[in-house]
Amino acid sequence: MPELELLHLDKSYGEVRALRDLSLAVASGEIVGFVGSNGAGKTTAMRIALGVLAADAGEVRWAGKPVDFDVRRRIGYMPEERGLYPRMRVAQQLGYLARLHGLSVGEAERAVARWTDILGISARRDDEVQKLSLGNQQRVQLAAALAYDPDILVLDEPFSGLDPVAVDVMSAVLRERANAGVPVLFSSHQLDLVERLCDRVAIIKEGAMVAVGAIEDLRTLDNPRWLVEGPPAALGWPAQVPGARVVNSADGRTVVEMADGSASAEQSLLRAALAAGPVRAFGAVRPHLVELYRDAVADSDNGPGRETVSEDAHS
Amino acid sequence: MSTGETIRLVAGREITTRIRSKAFLWTTGFLLAAVVIGGVVLNVALGSSSATRIAVTPQTAALSQPLQDVARASDEKVHVVAVADDGAAESAVRGEDVDAALVGGPTDFTVVVRSELDPTLSATLTVLRQQAALDAAVTELGGDPAKVSAQLAAATLEVRALAPSPKRDGGQIVAGYVAGILLFIALQTTAQLVSQGVVEEKSSRVVELLLSTIRPWQLMAGKVLGIGIIGLLQVGVVVAAAAGTALGLGLLDASSIDLGSTVAWALVWFVVGFVMFSLALAALASLVSRQEDVASVTAPVMVFMIIPYVIGVSIAPWDPTNPLVVVLSYVPFAAPMVMPIRIALGTVETWQVVASLALSLALIPVLVWAAARIYSNAVLRTGARVRLRDALHVG
Repeated sequence: MPELELLHLDKSYGEVRALRDLSLAVASGEIVGFVGSNGAGKTTAMRIALGVLAADAGEVRWAGKPVDFDVRRRIGYMPEERGLYPRMRVAQQLGYLARLHGLSVGEAERAVARWTDILGISARRDDEVQKLSLGNQQRVQLAAALAYDPDILVLDEPFSGLDPVAVDVMSAVLRERANAGVPVLFSSHQLDLVERLCDRVAIIKEGAMVAVGAIEDLRTLDNPRWLVEGPPAALGWPAQVPGARVVNSADGRTVVEMADGSASAEQSLLRAALAAGPVRAFGAVRPHLVELYRDAVADSDNGPGRETVSEDAHS
Repeated sequence: MSTGETIRLVAGREITTRIRSKAFLWTTGFLLAAVVIGGVVLNVALGSSSATRIAVTPQTAALSQPLQDVARASDEKVHVVAVADDGAAESAVRGEDVDAALVGGPTDFTVVVRSELDPTLSATLTVLRQQAALDAAVTELGGDPAKVSAQLAAATLEVRALAPSPKRDGGQIVAGYVAGILLFIALQTTAQLVSQGVVEEKSSRVVELLLSTIRPWQLMAGKVLGIGIIGLLQVGVVVAAAAGTALGLGLLDASSIDLGSTVAWALVWFVVGFVMFSLALAALASLVSRQEDVASVTAPVMVFMIIPYVIGVSIAPWDPTNPLVVVLSYVPFAAPMVMPIRIALGTVETWQVVASLALSLALIPVLVWAAARIYSNAVLRTGARVRLRDALHVG
């Protein structure tokens, strides 16, 4: 299976180190979500993958070989800075871009018709791009990245500015492309979406990769947490269980972190709770990507929501 | 996809979008109207001053032929109108149907005019009258007037100029103006289309999308080629209309202008000038990200266009050997504005034009190299204006 690999990329803008030894691989048929705060280096990495920016060091490979111009031509790219000719008609513009990627006139026409249909902008084909709403311009931008049936998809914030229906359509399109064997790398700040859609997630911080892996793996904690809906922790029951620590407790919902992940430990926790009062729900807590992300970028990114981490139960 | 195909695609987009743009159609229409209407106005102006209408009666009709001959000898145009008698001739003058009437007998005719006799016509008619008197005297002395006339005609002045001033006529001067003004307008508008097009792609960020699939120099080459074709089309249409108007109205009949070579050279100089200016402007425009900044960044190059133009049209037609004009007609960037004027004036040898062309062509490879380098380095750097030095040096 061919893989898109970013290998040990380094890039500095003057004094600022935008990328530090960044490596990431996206396999065929895999959707990888690229997350990180603004300025973390996602866009820089993607631009380097597309060859619109040169890395100071490192390499981008496709199927084991350095990415050259012919490979780049087969990458579907959506730049962070949206770019279309404002005064060009939608169909004309998409056709032109598809032809630059090597499609014949006929192929380009069919592809434009198909993708404008899929993305719900077929009624706007003969309108100038500047006359479209931002959301529709975004759909045109997506059509531009998809129209030439690319072998690889690199999309910088493909979901920003889309309405929920368009998000669903776009998600389905990405999944369908991945199922067809295309490696998909996209960046997003919509972490719920990344969590839902991606096979793997890559978290970048200050130009370096801080966590890469399947979301399920990342969500598995070294110290399991349990949510107990029942007697308040103030009654003292968690203290009776060895290795238990109360993370938080409010409104009869108590989150307890266990030093020990064994089944006997969890059962003794449940028994302690039952002894203190009726228990309505008991389940493992696994953090959402939001929390993983906040943990990963915590050192310098103390966002306002950090102190109110929400966790919920997956039973 | 081959480089050729890529450049053709980019050029094709430029052509199809520009050719439909209102600005292009308006400019072309305006230039067309200017040359055609200008030609017609010129024709009317020339017509009213040169073709003098003179009425002759049956008694003075014999003077028509000598009158035409004398007029032709002094480059005047005379149109002879036959009227019934002296009375009709006078009323024709009074009614301004004719400029003058010859009444009375063939040898002792009187010139009837409305207020006063035009000096040139006066000279022509004086010669005519003197010739009639001479003929009469010769006949009286028993000689042959025709023989005397022939001998007189043979006695022409021999002139040897030590420093002859270049010969040029009205037609050449007008053509010089038209060539200078037209080339300037065409070069300015098309070169600006290039710089605006570069910034349009940069400011709309579409350039990043384009450069993920084509190389910077291909994009620049396609743009220059496409707009160049459009510009050549525009200049070709306008020049053809100008030449057609001049030929159709017979404006240049009396001129010694070489219309074919003037037109051909104007097109050649447009192409050379366009390539040079558009490369320079494409490179400079790639340094900025907003249309508002285009004018300031391209100003130094536009000065190279405006100054030679002003000198060209204000000095060259009256003083084609002016040293400044001659020097500028060889300087690359200035030559496309000045040389076509000198060609239209007929004051320049072909080898001189070729030499000037060679100087400009020699600079083009350097321009291509520098422009491609600056453009490639600067076009993806949006935001603040990129310094020219950085764009040239950063690899």
